Amino acid sequence: MCNKTKCDKSAFQKSRRKVLKGIAAGVGALALPASNASASVWEAFFQKHFRELDKTELQQVLARLESEYSKEFGKTVNVKATPPIEGVKYGYGLDLSRCIGCRRCVYACVEENNQSRDPQIHWIKVLQLDKEKGVYLDHAEHYYNPAEVPEQGKFYMPIQCQQCENPPCTKVCPVQATWPENDGIVVVDYNWCIGCRYCMAACPYGARHFNWAKSKLPKDEMNPETHYLGNRPRPTGVVEKCTFCVQRTREQPGRYPACEEVCPVGARKFGNLNDPKSEIRYLIENKRVFIFKEDLNTQPKFYYFYAT
Amino acid sequence: MKNIWNFFKGTLILTARGSAAYYCWVGGLLVLMIIGGFTYVIQLNDGLIVTNMRDQVSWGFYISNFTFLVGVAAAAVLLVIPAYVYHWKPIKEIALLGELLAVSAIVMCLLFVTVDIGRPDRFWHLIPFVGILNFPQSLLAWDVAVLNTYLVLNLTIAVYYLYNLYYKREPNKKFTTPLLLFSIPAAISIHTVTAFLYNGLGARPFWNASILAPRFLASAFCSGPAFMILVFFLIRKYTRFKISDEAIQKIAELIAYAMFINLFLLGAEIFKEYYTASVHLAPMQYLLQGLHGHNALVPWIWTAMIFNVTAFMIFLIPDTRRNNTTLVLGCVLIFIGVYIEKGMGLVIPGFVPDVLHEIYEYVPSGLEMLLAIGIWATGLFVFTMLLRVAIPILNGDFHVADDGVDCHIGDNLFFLGKADREKRNVSVVEKTEGSGS
Repeated sequence: MCNKTKCDKSAFQKSRRKVLKGIAAGVGALALPASNASASVWEAFFQKHFRELDKTELQQVLARLESEYSKEFGKTVNVKATPPIEGVKYGYGLDLSRCIGCRRCVYACVEENNQSRDPQIHWIKVLQLDKEKGVYLDHAEHYYNPAEVPEQGKFYMPIQCQQCENPPCTKVCPVQATWPENDGIVVVDYNWCIGCRYCMAACPYGARHFNWAKSKLPKDEMNPETHYLGNRPRPTGVVEKCTFCVQRTREQPGRYPACEEVCPVGARKFGNLNDPKSEIRYLIENKRVFIFKEDLNTQPKFYYFYAT
Repeated sequence: MKNIWNFFKGTLILTARGSAAYYCWVGGLLVLMIIGGFTYVIQLNDGLIVTNMRDQVSWGFYISNFTFLVGVAAAAVLLVIPAYVYHWKPIKEIALLGELLAVSAIVMCLLFVTVDIGRPDRFWHLIPFVGILNFPQSLLAWDVAVLNTYLVLNLTIAVYYLYNLYYKREPNKKFTTPLLLFSIPAAISIHTVTAFLYNGLGARPFWNASILAPRFLASAFCSGPAFMILVFFLIRKYTRFKISDEAIQKIAELIAYAMFINLFLLGAEIFKEYYTASVHLAPMQYLLQGLHGHNALVPWIWTAMIFNVTAFMIFLIPDTRRNNTTLVLGCVLIFIGVYIEKGMGLVIPGFVPDVLHEIYEYVPSGLEMLLAIGIWATGLFVFTMLLRVAIPILNGDFHVADDGVDCHIGDNLFFLGKADREKRNVSVVEKTEGSGS
């Protein structure tokens, strides 16, 4: 079974390469005299899907991107493609009783993950809710802006990608440009996404964001430690989302996601769901926990809890 | 092969000829297409930020138009069924025009999707085996498949048929009949799949109602044929092609049934949402009443409701249905009514309020509208060109010349001026008197 698929795949790749070569020759002949396109533009145009790149092709792609980004941002940029760690499944816990709504996580995320500063893209959104009404979104305040938080009678609910086990967004993608990885992180191949935004219609959490304009990212604010599926600079016209800071969490030794690290009240918890001794497992087993929009059966790996 | 080239050459010569009115119409469309082209270049340069779509409302005017036009395309089947399943002669003569409308509508659909995607340069990712088409998981992949199948199917039938008439040959029924019969489920499938595209999203309660696909079909069977009737009246008045009242009346009757079902299903949906009054009521409230002071769609949807109900009454009462003036009025009302209801009225409440209950009021930007007008102009241009060839062929005014190589063109005007129309009418009267005596 396994062998058969492999064999099919390589045959299908060969035929694809042939077709692509033909198209490249045809289009190239038409367009080249009019354009000063460098070879890397064509390489980017005909780049294969991330999961179909073999080792050498992947190295070539990463090298191309590194040199492009280094040139653009005037510093050495690393683009890694570290695969998931065997046996690890990430989970996130958020303590609603602690969160004070300071939005430090929102901006730490932006700094870490190279989002566009103008127009602003935020992967985390913090809602201000009434304690009296509970998690009732109809009364949520999305753009609260008091002098000081937390405000009397309010509580705060940060929302980001819930890294669903049963993600409705990946199912609808017409070109498989987005998928859940083995460690449970839902990722996007920014070089394969066609920008149809069907995934944004399908996501019940508003976790997917589109690059409506060319991303503005100041050179000095650019974080040069990047991952292909994570925080590398994004092209215009593609969708992006939270990856639990894949560029940090997959390294060994790893680092916590930027939002977790910056939280001043310790409301954010992150760990390996497969490790029975992890903090996240302890919280799930011992605290009052809920998952967001449970009825949709998306099975989030993002757990809201009340520690006190 | 040579024959095909000669036919093609003939159509080029034919489409270049026409009356002053024809040139004005085509010229006007070309101007709008060029303006649309420029706006698209701006959009390609600056990104989709030039539209008013944002993360909260991530599909807008383009996809609304797309959804409506899929319905128009699907509705051509309403001419094919009476013509080829029931062999009803008056409609058989005009069914081909319905197929040409379907072709033009699908062209518009594909253009609307193309301008909506962020990376049109990556279109090849959608081509099976060359790229990766996520079939059968993604409904968008299904839509790509059925829309293209439907386009090829209608184009094949129409071109094959016209090509044979041009060479004065009888089209081979063994070839056309299976294709025509296949076009019936294909038409239903394009609309069902488009409905399922919205329907399958649990995140969007406004679309996540099983009544959606049947409602799509019912409203399509109103708007498409209504547009057809309007076109038939124009063709009848301004060209030499004759269309019987009988055929138009039959179509009007079918519209009345479809509109009844559409209104019934709409009522069923409104009842369910309002009586249950769960949190899922919010999008419908936004559409019909406005929500928390936001009511951009409210005047539009009520206009659509009034138009649809009025048109239904017009089509229901035999006297107004048989009167050509009120019939045309009814068709115009239905077309506008369904355009609002099935376009923005369907797509936007899916996003307002958004999944986190934020309200972002979407109104298309000027550039979005110009680009959309450009695409409509393109569709009408395609339709005009197809009719410019098809009508003279069906009239016997355009066929291969006696030498078997050149073409004979007997209709150099296409759109007739007032004097020509009077001349034509006189000859028609003479003919009927002659046959009567």
